Amino acid sequence: MSSNSFAYNEQSGGGEAAELGQEATSTISPSGAFGLFSSDWKKNEDLKQMLESNKDSAKLDAMKRIVGMIAKGKNASELFPAVVKNVASKNIEIKKLVYVYLVRYAEEQQDLALLSISTFQRALKDPNQLIRASALRVLSSIRVPIIVPIMMLAIKEASADLSPYVRKNAAHAIQKLYSLDPEQKEMLIEVIEKLLKDKSTLVAGSVVMAFEEVCPDRIDLIHRNYRKLCNLLVDVEEWGQVVIIHMLTRYARTQFVSPWREDDGLEDNEKNFYESDDEEKEKSDKKRPYTMDPDHRLLIRNTKPLLQSRNAAVVMAVAQLYWHISPKSEAGVISKSLVRLLRSNREVQYIVLQNIATMSIQRKGMFEPYLKSFYVRSTDPTMIKTLKLEILTNLANEANISTLLREFQTYVKSQDKQFAAATIQTIGRCATSITEVTDTCLNGLVCLLSNRDEIVVAESVVVIKKLLQMQPAQHGEIIKHMAKLLDSITVPVARASILWLIGENCERVPKIAPDVLRKMAKTFTSEDDLVKLQILNLGAKLYLTNSKQTKLLTQYILNLGKYDQNYDIRDRTRFIRQLIVPNEKSGALSKYAKKIFLAQKPAPLLESPFKDRDHFQLGTLSHTLNIKASGYLELSNWPEVAPDPSVRNVEVIESAKEWTPVGKSKKEKPAKKFYSESEEEEAEEEESSDSSSDSEGESGSESGDTGSSSEDSSEDSSSGQESETGSEAEAEGKRAGKRNSRLKRKSDSEDGEKKNEKSKTSESSSAESSSMEESSSGSESASESDNEPVPRKVAQAKERKPQQERHPPPKDVFLLDLDDFNPVSTPVALPTPALSPSLIADLEGLNLSTSSSVINPSSSILWK
Amino acid sequence: MIHSLFLINSSGDIFLEKHWKSVVSRSVCDYFFEAQERATEAENVPPVIPTPHHYLLSVYRHKIFFVAVIQTEVPPLFVIEFLHRVVDTFQDYFGVCSEPVIKDNVVVVYEVLEEMLDNGFPLATESNILKELIKPPTILRTVVNTITGSTNVGDQLPTGQLSVVPWRRTGVKYTNNEAYFDVVEEIDAIIDKSGSTVTAEIQGVIDACVKLTGMPDLTLSFMNPRLLDDVSFHPCVRFKRWESERILSFIPPDGSFRLLSYHVSAQNLVAIPVYVKHSISFRDSSSLGRFEITVGPKQTMGKTIEGVIVTSQMPKGVLNMSLTPSQGTHTFDPVTKMLSWDVGKINPQKLPSLKGTMSLQVGASKPDENPTINLQFKIQQLAISGLKVNRLDMYGEKYKPFKGIKYMTKAGKFQVRT
Repeated sequence: MSSNSFAYNEQSGGGEAAELGQEATSTISPSGAFGLFSSDWKKNEDLKQMLESNKDSAKLDAMKRIVGMIAKGKNASELFPAVVKNVASKNIEIKKLVYVYLVRYAEEQQDLALLSISTFQRALKDPNQLIRASALRVLSSIRVPIIVPIMMLAIKEASADLSPYVRKNAAHAIQKLYSLDPEQKEMLIEVIEKLLKDKSTLVAGSVVMAFEEVCPDRIDLIHRNYRKLCNLLVDVEEWGQVVIIHMLTRYARTQFVSPWREDDGLEDNEKNFYESDDEEKEKSDKKRPYTMDPDHRLLIRNTKPLLQSRNAAVVMAVAQLYWHISPKSEAGVISKSLVRLLRSNREVQYIVLQNIATMSIQRKGMFEPYLKSFYVRSTDPTMIKTLKLEILTNLANEANISTLLREFQTYVKSQDKQFAAATIQTIGRCATSITEVTDTCLNGLVCLLSNRDEIVVAESVVVIKKLLQMQPAQHGEIIKHMAKLLDSITVPVARASILWLIGENCERVPKIAPDVLRKMAKTFTSEDDLVKLQILNLGAKLYLTNSKQTKLLTQYILNLGKYDQNYDIRDRTRFIRQLIVPNEKSGALSKYAKKIFLAQKPAPLLESPFKDRDHFQLGTLSHTLNIKASGYLELSNWPEVAPDPSVRNVEVIESAKEWTPVGKSKKEKPAKKFYSESEEEEAEEEESSDSSSDSEGESGSESGDTGSSSEDSSEDSSSGQESETGSEAEAEGKRAGKRNSRLKRKSDSEDGEKKNEKSKTSESSSAESSSMEESSSGSESASESDNEPVPRKVAQAKERKPQQERHPPPKDVFLLDLDDFNPVSTPVALPTPALSPSLIADLEGLNLSTSSSVINPSSSILWK
Repeated sequence: MIHSLFLINSSGDIFLEKHWKSVVSRSVCDYFFEAQERATEAENVPPVIPTPHHYLLSVYRHKIFFVAVIQTEVPPLFVIEFLHRVVDTFQDYFGVCSEPVIKDNVVVVYEVLEEMLDNGFPLATESNILKELIKPPTILRTVVNTITGSTNVGDQLPTGQLSVVPWRRTGVKYTNNEAYFDVVEEIDAIIDKSGSTVTAEIQGVIDACVKLTGMPDLTLSFMNPRLLDDVSFHPCVRFKRWESERILSFIPPDGSFRLLSYHVSAQNLVAIPVYVKHSISFRDSSSLGRFEITVGPKQTMGKTIEGVIVTSQMPKGVLNMSLTPSQGTHTFDPVTKMLSWDVGKINPQKLPSLKGTMSLQVGASKPDENPTINLQFKIQQLAISGLKVNRLDMYGEKYKPFKGIKYMTKAGKFQVRT
């Protein structure tokens, strides 16, 4: 049935009536809308009939209309019995729509929902992985507490499924079950533990998500999977990458020592380290002040390529990882990528700018070269403008302030007055932080006092007031100037600010102050309340310091205030009179009146609103809102001493067993028949060497970056023909070459007719061999080994036990998982350590060269 | 993660809701409406709004707010990026993403959303995979479906989902094998009053449309890859290869996709292809202002500048404008105060200009600032950064594809302060 005609039905078929009826039932009393309600009922009757017909098209049509109702938020729950009957429909689209319906309403109609359970249980055993997966999805999504045991069983079964797609869904189901019944936590953690060992890139993201939701504190589960996760990261889908990176950031903060350590604080620690003799060798390495744990380095190195991701969330995740765990000298690489995100949508810009604002407070240098990228355009939305302004302020220093002030000058004139006011605030902040330009800024602000726009003037006065408060002694002239302005300025806030300033500094301008008071006394009645209060204050202060000249004036003003309409002013008047005018009733306080009124008032601090955000992990919701969001996981401080790094080692025995070359030569031969070209043979060799070194890095027997010797030995034992890969760079080149030739091989195999279908699929997908095995069960023949780059896997495949077992022993799972892991990991060429430092150096060079081009500060800034 | 999604149109109606966990009442959107009211303009609605029990994260595109409801801590960009991906997917499926289209295709929308998220966590966002699971509606397919009773829903797991190249379908076949690449560069610039450049940078993308049979492996190399200061890739590009050889090597997705976006930084001198001569003056006493702008080519490498459109937000004090353009058409909206002049092509022999007077509100003081001029233009057959594709090679397939490459330069956010 076409969706168009469906829409037509919806409109003509009393859709409005249904809507009204629905609203009536929920808001007004049902009796009030009985007529409408009945028509709604009738319409549903018609849907019921369609659902019960034996024609699929009618059923589908009905289901589509029902889904339409759900989408609009109308209640379709009374159709539940009719719909649930169709859960076993053969038509996949009907089935899917029934699933949609079930997930929406099962929670409300728990008893009826139970009718569908057996169908799902049957579907969980379906040979089609998509059907198994969607059955699991729906089963775990209907929030009916009675079926918790069934869900648990299904999850356990699915977590051992051959298809990584089903296992991925199992990982999702864990979170659903946990939110339904937290009692199951212990059992679920077991499943998580098992799935964490999974080597499929498809599963990794989802299981880490489950881990974060169910047991984020069980960091011990991560240890043995840490290196694997780091190595898989590049190939995980983008959403999984975000979750894994966030988790690994937290992990790194608990497991490694701080790379930010200062050189001097280190001496003491070193002594403790080198007491035992067997660490002599390490000692020579650690002559340098700080040596990073190779695992720490691994994480930093493997996340770097992800800065080039097209997904803003991934880039941000890597950025926060670098910010929180990399040495400060290396964090610079993220700025370029973050600046790139500023070209993205408004919402992305908003979040990224917020994070940059926090970063730029602590480490100015990172974003200085990109200063101009934060210049404001008149077309930016206001929230983006203010954030950019914030960053510009944070980045301001002696070198760039003159450029910035010139830019600010343009902003002040902006038609967006809210933004102009924010700019004035900013200028004030720059003036306080950079003493060299304080005077320039002040003069500029004074010029702005003659601006035509009230908001601008008011803001300038307020900012000048704050500035003068900091160094009151030097600015008698400005105060005089402002006193003169009082005649022309009309904005109440500005007038009030000027009066306050004069009051505070009345002893420095002894001649002007009484005159101002005189003028104000004249206009008192017509002033704004805010100004009146300040006139009263000014009067009081003058009365205390210069009572000879102003006694009468003040009393006059106090009398005016006494009969003012506003009770605030009447209150203030009464208060001041009691304090300053001595009479018999006045208490002890009046002795201290001078101290009260002319106390030294602390200057307001002009600081960034982003100052206190740095205690939140960057890139989180809590950071954006500056409130701790529920479920926020605190980033721990670096440990003083690193916990035992050996926990991340995966047992060598287990992996060593896997390396034993079983029937290597025999299996290799058929492979060579297909590829006559010598280039491809080389590729084959490359591949085996690559993957063995990969898995070595995996198992942890390889120590850090330099594992060439162990690589050699395994090479010899497995193939015996690999001459030796020299430098990392060379290996890199070959790897690239290998890729091409592999692909070429792929096409060859597609062209060649002697290849059977199965080998073709395994070639083209070149991963997740488990899915393929599932389709052709039990025939781990030679053809498979042709395509599998690592011959030893055939041996494992043979060892594999039938999968009917519900809980296969852990080792079994391991072997099995390796099958679909290895082909995946082969394309993940291990990042070469030889490359990254040089690149970093390049980048640093770049930064240096750019920062040198900034203009020197000149005190002559053009304020016009 | 993502609990629910509400789609809200510009008049504030919730026209679609979808829940991935327990149902969240639509009354939660009241907080959103409040924020919307406070913001006055749709652009200024904050993307993250906290409410007592939930957090609302929204994106605004195609005059629709996509509001996601979440309950616990989550990287906000994760949700925002996902919502944008949803919009992109709708656009991909239906051609346009608008309220009527979504309402017409509500079932497909629902099915797609169901596949995109499971329990609030993204499941399949790659459009190739989605299209195998749920086929986009076309007229032909609807007709066929009504006759044969087949469905739009695939019953097999898309092969991409399990492969290392999830972005490519298997078994792609074309009679004409073609690969087109468009290098599009946008100049973002701020030009100050005197005509000197405040800031200028080039943002480029390479959009590809690849229709090749089988599993082709492409490499694209540049004459001058060093130009690219910062790049982001489609997941199909092999990063290692780029790092070591500065070559793009990839197995392309089927159809149109963005291969690469890059950035040529402000450090390299950016050629500004146009200049704007302006004289806009308000006088304090008179209620008339003079207005004159001329647009001319600057560094165009001998190419013509086309599609020039000049827009400017005039100050509030301007009541009306009487202008005469030497070419093109112009409009002035007295309500929004928006002046727009569609210039068209620039002929270097006869520079286009727009002259006339502005009538100002009587008695009002003259505006502080002259309006900013926004410029749009296009230059065909030119990448302003000088980036050149060297060659495109295909491995892995036997046939000879037709290859094409096109360059274009556009104005991005190009502003002239006056």
